[in-house]
Amino acid sequence: MTETEVFEIVKETLVEALALDDDEVTAGATLTGDLGAESIDFLDIVFRLEKSFDIKIPRGELFPDNIVNNPDFVKDGSLTEAGMAELKARMPHADFTDFEQNPDINNMGELFTVQTIVNYVMTKVAG
Amino acid sequence: MRWIWIDRFKEFEPGKRAVAVKNVSLAEDHLHDHWDAFPIMPCSLMVEGMAQTAGILVGQARDFKEKVILAKVAKAQFDEIVVPGDQIEYHTEIEHVTPDAAVTKGSVMRNGEQIGTVNLMFSHIDQNLAGQEFPEENFVFTGQFERLVAPFLENDDA
Repeated sequence: MTETEVFEIVKETLVEALALDDDEVTAGATLTGDLGAESIDFLDIVFRLEKSFDIKIPRGELFPDNIVNNPDFVKDGSLTEAGMAELKARMPHADFTDFEQNPDINNMGELFTVQTIVNYVMTKVAG
Repeated sequence: MRWIWIDRFKEFEPGKRAVAVKNVSLAEDHLHDHWDAFPIMPCSLMVEGMAQTAGILVGQARDFKEKVILAKVAKAQFDEIVVPGDQIEYHTEIEHVTPDAAVTKGSVMRNGEQIGTVNLMFSHIDQNLAGQEFPEENFVFTGQFERLVAPFLENDDA
């Protein structure tokens, strides 16, 4: 499956899960900021991706949990070095370029883009 | 008025699917407000009826141990109106269930004809705490809901 094919299916999935118009779903769009996803939508997206691609997505693999509530990983509202290392290890499918400049946890949403999902799915369908 | 929008279960296959019936009667207060001159069953209450049907199905699948909360109305579409004297059936099946949540899809029938679709997502809130704590007792499934489904579970045991 090519990246373009994966993107098209991810796009369809997001259009249905978040009740969007086709043209809103671009590779760089962030799920919460640009596409209006709320917390329960993340679980819905995971379920729909599993069905669309016939893959299994273990809890916390696509959207890591237990990071921001760990005091070793967050200090004064920003990720610590240890937190950043942990998140990078758990999200090899995300682009950290912008987030690393200002790792305020309120900016974490920048990591969850449409492209992040596409990258993640590519590792699943390729393997 | 009691906050229960199904009258009885007609079919109940634990963990899989259920059919609940709701008879719409002009004796119900809400129909006189919606609307006095032309009473119709509000679509929002049919979403609630489906949520109760599917919620009980999802709750029973984990032996009523989880607090099952309606988290998302993925789709709600009604193509026809429902008026006093009509019988509604909520047909629902579990599409996906995990320790965190469940997804159901369902059809709304009016006197045997499909007039709507309601697809829902439920959260098992104790599994999605996010730092919040809820009372230990299961405030979602009270006696009334469990009694509705009891006859089907007794038959299963026999």
